[in-house]
Amino acid sequence: MERARRPKLAVWKFASCDGCQLSLLDCEDELLEVAGEIEIAHFLEATRATIQGPYDLSLVEGSVTTAHDAARIQEIRKQSRFLVTIGACATAGGIQALRNFADVREYTAIVYARPDYIQTLATSTAIGDHVKVDFELRGCPISTRQLIEVISAFLAGRKPQTPPHSVCVECKIAGNLCVMVGHGTPCLGPVTHAGCGAVCPAYNRGCYGCYGPMETPNTPSLSAGLSKLGMDDDALKRIYRTFNANADAFRKESERHDR
Amino acid sequence: MTVKTIKVDQLARVEGEGALKVIARDGVVQSAELNIFEPPRFFEAFLRDRMYTEAPDITARICGICPVAYQMSAVHAMENALGVAVDGPLRELRRLIYCGEWIESHTLHIYMLHAPDFLGYEGAIEMARDHADIVRRGLDLKRAGNSIIALLGGREIHPINVRVGGFYRAPRRRELQPLAEELKRARDWALATVRWTAGFDFPDMERDYEFVALRGDGEYPFSQGRIASSRGLDISAAEYDEHFEETHVEHSTALHAHIKTRGPYLTGPLARYALNAASLSPLAREAAREAGLGSACANPFRSIIVRAVEVLYACDEALRIIADYEEPERSAVDLDARAATGYAATEAPRGMLYHRYQLTADGKIADARIVPPTSQNQPSIEEDLKTFATAWLDLPDDALRHRCEQTIRNHDPCISCATHFLRLEIDRGG
Ligand code: SF4
Ligand code: SF4
Repeated sequence: MERARRPKLAVWKFASCDGCQLSLLDCEDELLEVAGEIEIAHFLEATRATIQGPYDLSLVEGSVTTAHDAARIQEIRKQSRFLVTIGACATAGGIQALRNFADVREYTAIVYARPDYIQTLATSTAIGDHVKVDFELRGCPISTRQLIEVISAFLAGRKPQTPPHSVCVECKIAGNLCVMVGHGTPCLGPVTHAGCGAVCPAYNRGCYGCYGPMETPNTPSLSAGLSKLGMDDDALKRIYRTFNANADAFRKESERHDR
Repeated sequence: MTVKTIKVDQLARVEGEGALKVIARDGVVQSAELNIFEPPRFFEAFLRDRMYTEAPDITARICGICPVAYQMSAVHAMENALGVAVDGPLRELRRLIYCGEWIESHTLHIYMLHAPDFLGYEGAIEMARDHADIVRRGLDLKRAGNSIIALLGGREIHPINVRVGGFYRAPRRRELQPLAEELKRARDWALATVRWTAGFDFPDMERDYEFVALRGDGEYPFSQGRIASSRGLDISAAEYDEHFEETHVEHSTALHAHIKTRGPYLTGPLARYALNAASLSPLAREAAREAGLGSACANPFRSIIVRAVEVLYACDEALRIIADYEEPERSAVDLDARAATGYAATEAPRGMLYHRYQLTADGKIADARIVPPTSQNQPSIEEDLKTFATAWLDLPDDALRHRCEQTIRNHDPCISCATHFLRLEIDRGG
């Protein structure tokens, strides 16, 4: 008997560390189940077999840093019914977006003996700066739990449930002691998008914002609090300039302290 | 004159994306080039002016498959610069988290990426249709590695608990107990993995490598030991730049590392095994003997067995560490910034990973240099292709292409982690 056509999943890589697509391979149990319900049509890390598009769901990891990649994402968008960005690179430009604050030619000269061999764009940009994105998953890396939720929601034709509140709320849910109140440890939890389950505070560490800014974060107020804890402008600039440096709210706040 | 050009545009099942070009004339391979499509991300550039404390989290993002290796090389290099040594239980915990990464990364490579080559499948998903139990065992074994990293590191990928000087929070003894239960089962699966891989059919192909790895002082190396080679090199990490060089050659897409005056060398499981086999645990040693490995293995196709032996060792070593673990009084040692240069090499699953940092008096990074395993191994991978491919030239194109891909996958090249890999126009040749 012919099986009903299974939806086709594709996984695409742009400039990234592969950590987010590895999360898909880390869904040990779920992966085998998911593999039964969907057809993995393009996932070079897992198989040489590739199946022609169009694709029902494209997961995109990584940011756009070359002219070739800027063209490639257009092609992928055309071939994809739904396109979901996975992780800080795809959603905000990633750590490699630190070049956006510097001169890329200087960067090239620091790393390479022959800068003339290098072809790269001056900026690292999010996938959403180039094409329409149907859903964005945060995190550096994404959480496997949220990834499974996105894939299941897609299979069921519903909207993924990924709470928009801050890491602070997750700390309350987890029953963590607040590291800022309790130990005076600087923490980006109040302005950072939930999703990780407040991992860092559970390990006596302040959040460093790897899930990027939540919606309408009050970054100036947090920065005022952090400077009372002893952080100077340079430290404040650096704390907002990591894996989501080019996300709007973090970029603007870091620029306020860049002097 | 017959010219045969085989191109593989997207190389599946290596982490990242690469392309390979082999050119043969009159039945002899003239050149083999592995080209990497990895846009530059400039880590060494943006590390400048960051605090030394930030390097472990930033460099982890070079590679999502071996973030612990990046964190370990970074913390050891920083501690080397600051003149502190992290000993006792904190040192043991670092070995433990590294065990987790070896188990996780090696098992991923063995089951998902490499074994399908030997058993004739396109990938693990296809292999699972006929061998569900075996793939299940691989996933369970991999999860044991992930469990170590998740417990000690806070999460599996880009752990948050590692810092220069130690950890943010050291685990309680009782937290480690459930891990021990899982690892005992994992050890059985690892032993079964050694036996399973030892039964594969291997092409009879050996190469005369210069093996380079850390040599531990009576222990199989993760983060400490001297840099040694099978041809007599014996140096500290601080002397690395005197003996090794990276060149940015025009015909290639990557920086290639060489031993000055000698040329290509190989790091990774084959090298570690050749230089440290005697320091394996008794169980791992016995399994290696039973698998017919001898005191060194120069057949890169058999690296899958050596990886399995290392997974077995890592399970054993993790269990030893957990059994002996005493909670440290403090989770990290005190550090004072000073102007200095620090060096470290540690053993990432796929090979040696070298970091060097120059720090200013206030603890800022003035200069950073990172040499990932893949750029060290790339010249040897190309030599493998050149040496082996001549014998395969009569195969149909598809079969030949597949053999070449396998030859590359033998070395588990983590292409994303080769920070320098870049896109380049290729000269297609005659
Ligand atoms: S978001 Fe982070 S984990 Fe994901 S690919 Fe980018 S650097 Fe890697
Ligand atoms: S607490 Fe913050 S930095 Fe830590 S994992 Fe969560 S979002 Fe990332």
